[in-house]
Order: sequence, then structure tokens, then C-alpha cells
Amino acid sequence: MKTTDAGPLQGGRAPSGGSAGHEVTSVGGFMKDFDWKPMALVPALALLVLPFIGSGSTWVTLTVAGLAMGMIIFVIASGLTLVFGLMDVLNFGHGVFIALGAFVATTVLGSMGDYTSSESLWRNMMAVLPAMIVAMLVAGAVGLAFERFIVRPVYGNHLKQILITMGGMIIGEELIKVIWGPLQIPLPLPQGMRGTILLGDAAVEKYRVIAVVVGLVVFGVLLWVLTHTKIGLLIRAGVQDREMVESLGYRIKVLFIGVFVVGSALAGLGGVMWGLYQQNVIPQMGAQVNVLIFIVLIIGGLGSTTGALIGALLVGLMANYTGFLVPKAALFSNIALMMAILLWRPQGVYALSK
Amino acid sequence: MKANLLELSGVHTHIGAYHILHGVDLSVPRGKLTMLLGRNGAGKTTTLRTIMGLWRASQGAIAFNGRDITSLATPEIASMNVAYVPESMGIFADLTVQENMLLAARSARNAAQMDEARLKWIFSLFPAVEKFWNHPAGKLSGGQKQMLAVARAIVEPRELLLIDEPSKGLAPAIINNMIDAFAQLKASGVTILLVEQNINFAKRLGDSVAVMDNGVVVHAGSMKELAEDGALQHSLLGLAI
Amino acid sequence: MLTRLLSNDFPRNRILAVVLVGLLLALAFMPFIFPGVKALNVAAKILVFVVLVASFDLLLGYTGIVSFAHTMFFGIGAYGIAIASTRMGPGWPAIATGLAAALALSFVLALLVGLFSLRVRAIFFSMITLAVAAAFQTLASQLSEVTGGEDGLTFKMPEVLSPGYQMSETPFLGVMLDGRLICYYLLFFTALALLLAMLRIVNSPFGRVLQAIRENEFRAEAIGYRVVVYRTTSSILSALFATVAGAMLAIWLRYNGPDTSLSFEIMLDVLLIVVIGGMGTIYGAAIGSGVFVIAQSYLQDLLRLGSDTASGLPWLSALLSPDRWLLWLGLLFVLSVYYFPTGVVGRLRAMRQRA
Repeated sequence: MKTTDAGPLQGGRAPSGGSAGHEVTSVGGFMKDFDWKPMALVPALALLVLPFIGSGSTWVTLTVAGLAMGMIIFVIASGLTLVFGLMDVLNFGHGVFIALGAFVATTVLGSMGDYTSSESLWRNMMAVLPAMIVAMLVAGAVGLAFERFIVRPVYGNHLKQILITMGGMIIGEELIKVIWGPLQIPLPLPQGMRGTILLGDAAVEKYRVIAVVVGLVVFGVLLWVLTHTKIGLLIRAGVQDREMVESLGYRIKVLFIGVFVVGSALAGLGGVMWGLYQQNVIPQMGAQVNVLIFIVLIIGGLGSTTGALIGALLVGLMANYTGFLVPKAALFSNIALMMAILLWRPQGVYALSK
Repeated sequence: MKANLLELSGVHTHIGAYHILHGVDLSVPRGKLTMLLGRNGAGKTTTLRTIMGLWRASQGAIAFNGRDITSLATPEIASMNVAYVPESMGIFADLTVQENMLLAARSARNAAQMDEARLKWIFSLFPAVEKFWNHPAGKLSGGQKQMLAVARAIVEPRELLLIDEPSKGLAPAIINNMIDAFAQLKASGVTILLVEQNINFAKRLGDSVAVMDNGVVVHAGSMKELAEDGALQHSLLGLAI
Repeated sequence: MLTRLLSNDFPRNRILAVVLVGLLLALAFMPFIFPGVKALNVAAKILVFVVLVASFDLLLGYTGIVSFAHTMFFGIGAYGIAIASTRMGPGWPAIATGLAAALALSFVLALLVGLFSLRVRAIFFSMITLAVAAAFQTLASQLSEVTGGEDGLTFKMPEVLSPGYQMSETPFLGVMLDGRLICYYLLFFTALALLLAMLRIVNSPFGRVLQAIRENEFRAEAIGYRVVVYRTTSSILSALFATVAGAMLAIWLRYNGPDTSLSFEIMLDVLLIVVIGGMGTIYGAAIGSGVFVIAQSYLQDLLRLGSDTASGLPWLSALLSPDRWLLWLGLLFVLSVYYFPTGVVGRLRAMRQRA
């Protein structure tokens, strides 16, 4: 087909330039449109509690702990929110992958005593990284099966999705009990990751810093994939209009399976991090973390990755601040936070425009 | 090579409990612009969606380039170089104009890999696309969105364009712009099946024409013939407008 | 008479009718058929579950929304009785006060949760209820001055309902007419009345609207029904019935703690029973509860047998361990949702229609 030799539009009529001015704003206007308020919530919360905590060093310790917890929760929640955004599937069984990842890590780390008992952080990493990778692979593979047998038959039916994925969660949790037993298993931190480092007066646990770094890496990679690759472009487009993506010639089902598997693998990774954070794992941990994840998703807006990050950080900080100020109200404070956010924005801070 | 690029024979389509198409026979000649006319609810959009595989034909056959595509999935049909511009335009509002274009360019992995010469040609057809290249597509006006929708469909060479009511809701000046662009497109040799309600739009562009009513094609012939035959126009006018 | 009692909603299947009548008679004469503490406890548990599960069906089966906070309301009912009886001393005023306070709290909570989540999307409701229920459970075990914490509360019932009370010296049909028996029949008639009331609700014009919303939300909204109002009302009603079920449990056990009435396991049990019994039938709740509570002991025995037989194969033995019975129930649940979403009752009714 000849295309390149086609000349410019005959007559050079101005393309409705007059109407463009008021409808399309300048780049500056675009920045003005950028919704920064939710972003400000995280530092606002941190600064707001400062006077209540009193001591600056305690505040730093709590804030780092909160950020660490938040980043771990974000790693887990990111996959769930993408799956929901892309395919309108809410997986109540997401928690299974968390527990699965954590239990796989107990096995892998348990077999690498030489590396975990070393004082050297690098030798520790030689054990933790394989544990993370294996946990992600196992969780991803199980996610593939979960998508095929549990989720695929109930696309488009929320009621059945909730029931079926909840059933999948029950089955998964029981299978974990069959393999690893029903009891709590310790997952001690490798030697070199224990202890604290001093940041001025504030004592900060080493592992929390590591968790923040891992979380940031995951967020960075996710953000890069979403904004700088074709796959990311497809995901962002698919979240808005699945049918049009198919009409442009892409098999969105393949894309979705990929996202589901990656989401499950991330939950597995988050499970390892969570298990090391708690230093023990139980089969019910998936269901427990699920509660936090859902609060995060509701706060962030179902389907939004940035929203999930904000929600996760808020929940992590809130849990640690109230854990210090009013220990009994820890989980309840997050519910209160969620309610407050819903009063402000009923669909979460970043609602998906469909 | 067959003279007709696209051929529908006896196509029936059901949407849920509703029987929309009742045996559509339609031929789209290669390299020509075919107008699909008819009043609201005649089944024009359903015909396009059925061709695209977005709705399944329950009966009948659709052949593209001599190949049966009746039961193919939408992405496979699109991969045979069929582009579809829905009535809603299907613009990804949260993506930039550039990203919208890149998405449609299946062979390009990033913006740098898009065919520059072709983009230049597209910019000449639709200057707004170039002007707002890095803006979120959701910020464009209705006419600009429509131009982006068509520009996106031709970002790579396509054999068949299925376009649903591009003139809908647009100001006359923009419609004229659009007509010029389609004339250029026609000259480039692409085959177009265009759904319209605007008879004047159709008269200025159409090579051949099909008029639908109640889920069947009630008239098919050349646009020139229809444009010149006042009596025929009159008898179909009630349907066409 | 029967038509009015059942709100013209008959079992519509002979097997179903026989099973229901059988269950009713068995529960009615339980103390005389199987005299014994254990059997009576199982029967009382069935009664409580019938109300709890049917109230969940009101929401899930008839309104099509999933709440994970149902045990929260169940727990509120149980704690209402427990706290009032502990603070005010045993007696009917304590029961009345506890129940009234529990109902009021459930009403407010259900209204709040409904207003917050049902305005947006039904799926929000499921997520929020899950979170709220978890928080409530933590709160209940934290506030140990009021709730007794993890240990829970043990308390006394009014004289007539306590085991020490004797109505007459001579046994009737070989059974002592004591306070336990009176308590059992209090539960029995309460459960029966509540079940019939729920049957009335789902067959009322209100219930029909709920089903219309479940089938097609947009159409119902277009016809002019305020979907949010109907859904919230239905979730409040369901919560109130669950509260009463919780009160029944506390009255029977004379004890309440977080694991007894608030645990997520009970929530899952309720979900399993409704789906396997038959969503949107109310009768499914009755049959499901009966079968489930009995199976809880018998299926476990069966599994123990299988596990022992398979002791040569450790992994099979582990799969068949009686502790893993939830695994098999979960599988049955998943298969039910796929292959017979209307559950046992729906299946039986469909058989009749085909015949």
C-alpha cells in the first residue's frame, strides 16, 4: 500500500484550532489537574502524630517501621489491584499466595543454615534472595492454576467470584496445613539482618530498612513497566477499555493470565517479607493479611497502583503509630481511617474512571 | 484476488434474547469506500461489531480476503489488518495521544519505532494529533478525539477500516475536515466500510452503498446511482435518515 | 392455615418436604428421642445455626450481596446477653436489656456499613464487612474488662432456664422436666418463629424487589426502586436476625467468648452451609444446618476411618485426616458454586420441574 507519498492535507485548513484552546489546557494546566492531595496524606499523617508521640527519635523509629510494613503490604496489594483493574476480578483468595510464599521461605531458608547463620549481610542475601525467588515461582505457578480452575469460569460474576475465590482460599489454606502442618513455624531473620542501626538518636531495625528498599525496588520496577513498556501500556489501556484493546489486535486474556501470575508471585514475595517481619508463619496468615490488603485497596481505589501505595503506607504508619499510642485500637484505627477516606472520596483516593 | 475484500452472507446475530441481524448480505469491494446507511436501530453497528468478532454471528458466514473469519476471535481478526473505530471512539482517556497511537502500532515496541514518514502523513491529515501529541487523550475535544480515533486506526497500513459514524455530533467545519481526510485515505488505496446517518457526508465520499433496515440490507448499489436517482432516494430516504 | 404460615412458599418437592418435616419432628422431639446431654447440645446448635444461616441467606441468596460481618452481629447478640447477665445478674430483665442493646448496636452498625459501602458497589460491601468484622473481633478480645477478653464470660440464666430447676418430681416419658428442657423449647419455638418470619419477609413484596435487584440491578433502579435503600434494609434485617441467633446461643451455652461467636471459622461455616444447602431458598438454611452440624461429627469420624486405612501412604493419610475436613468441604463448596449454584434445595426443586 502506498502511504509515504501522500501529501499534506489539501488547502491546509486549520484543524478546528479555535475550539481547541479552551478544551485542551496547556502542560501547566495538566500539572494543575494532577491529583496531588492523596499523595500529601502520607506525610500529613506522619507530621500530625509527631506532637502526640513527643520524642523525635521514637517518631523516626515508628515511621520507619510503618513505612516498612506499608511497603510489604504494597508489594502484596499491587498484584490484587492490577488484577481487579484489568479484569474486574476481586480475588478473595489472594491471601493464599501470601501464606504459600512465607511457608516456601521457611523450607528454603531452613535448608540454608550456613548462609542464614552468617553475620555477613551478603551471605544472608545469598539465602534470602533464592528464598524470595523460589517463593515467587511457586506462588506464580499456583496462581496460574488458580486462574485456570478457580477464577476463569466465573469472569463477569462478582457474587460467584467472591464465593469461589473464598472457597479457593479455604482449600489452599488446608493444603498448606497438609504440607507444612497446622502449627506456627518460626521464620527467624538471618543473623546479619537482625539488630538495629542508629539514625541519630533513633534506633531503626535493619530489616525494616531492607523491607523499605525491597518495596521501593518493586514499586520502581512496576512503575517503570507500567509507564515505559508496551506491556505496561497495554495494561493501563486494558484497565480502561478491554474491548478496544482486543479490537486493536491484542489477546487480553493472555495479558490477564500474565498479570494474575505476576500478582500471585508478588503476593508470594510479600509473604516472605511479612513472614520475616513477624519472624513466624501460620497457615491463617493469608486471611489475616487479606484484611489489611482490602483496607488498602478500599482506601487507594480498586484498580489503582498509586492508590495502593498510598493506602499501604497510610495503613502501615497508622498501625505503628496507634500501636504505640493506643495499642488496643491498632486494627480499629485503620477501619476509622478507611471510613474517613470513604467520607472524603467514596470510591477511594484514586477512583478508576471506566 | 477477489473483487470483494469483505463478504457477509446470511449473517444473523443475537444479543442476549434479542435477534438483531436477520440475514445480512453485504459485499465490500476492494479499495473502495462503502457506505452503510440506515436509521437508528437498523443493525449497522451490530453489523460492524459482528464483522469484528465482538459479537458472534449465530448463523451465516463472513469472509475476509476469501478466508472465513466468522468464528475468529477479535484480536485475530484485527491482526489480519482490520481496524475498527467504534461509535464511542474507544479513546483511552488516561493515556496520551502518543500512547494511544503507539498502542495501535502493533509492530512498534516504543514511540521511536513508529514509522515516522507515515506519522507525518497522518499529522497532515489530522493536525490536532500532532498538536496534542503529549497530552492526555481525555482532554481532547469531541472532534479531536474522533480524529485521533481514525488516526489510530491507520497508524500502520491496514487493509480494511470499519468506522462507525465519524460525523456524529461534530460541527460542520470539522465534518468537512473529516471528509477531506477520508478522501485522502481513499486515495491511499485502503478499503473502508463506513456507517453513516448523514446522507450528504455519504454522497460526497461513497463509492458504493448499502442501506439497512430491520436487520437486513434492503438496498445495495453504487452511491452515484443512489445520489442521482431521486425516486429511489425518496423511497429509501425515510430509512436512510 | 399452612399456606399462611409458610407464606405460600412450599418446599415444592416431595423429598424436600419429607426431609424438612423429618427435621422439624426430630428437633421437636429431640429430648424424648435421644435423651442425653450431647444429643441435646447438637440439636440446640442446629437450632441456632438454622436462624443464623437463614438470616445470612436473606442477604446472600435474596439480595445477592456477600457479607463477611455476619458473625459480628451473631457475636453482638451473644455478647449482649453475656454482658447484661454478668452485670445485672441472671434474670429476664438482663436478657431483655442485653437483647435490646445488642439489636440497637447491630442496627446502627449495619446501617453504617451499608451506607458506607452499598452506595458505591456491592463488592465494596464484601471487602468492608470483612475488614470491619476482623476489627470487631480484635476489639472484643482487647476490651477484656467488658467482654472477658479471650477467656470470655460465663454467666447464669434465670432460674427456669437453668439445669437445677425441676418442673415436677416425676419424669415425663422418661425425661426429667428440668430447666434445660424448657430452655431447649424456648430455643426451638424462637427458631421456628424466626424462620417463618423470614419466609414471610422473602415472600413479601419487599422480598420480591430484593430478588429483582439481585437479577438486574440496573433494571430495578430504572423501574424506580432505590437499590441502596433496599440493599441496606435487607442487610439490617439480616443483621438483626443474626443478633437474635447470637442471643439464643448465649442463652443455651451460658457462656460466650470470641471463638464461640465471632470467629471467622463460623463465618466460613455459614457461607458453606448456605451455598451447599441452597442460596435463596431459606429451606436450604434449615436442611444445610442440620446436615452440617451432624456431619461435623460424622464426616470427621469417616475421615478418621479413611485416614487410618491409608496410614501406609502418609500424604493420603494427611489429606484424609479428620482435622482436614474443611478441605473436603471447601472442595464441595467450590463444586457447588460451579455445578449447582442453587444448592441441594434448588437441585431437588429442579428435579420436580423436569419430571
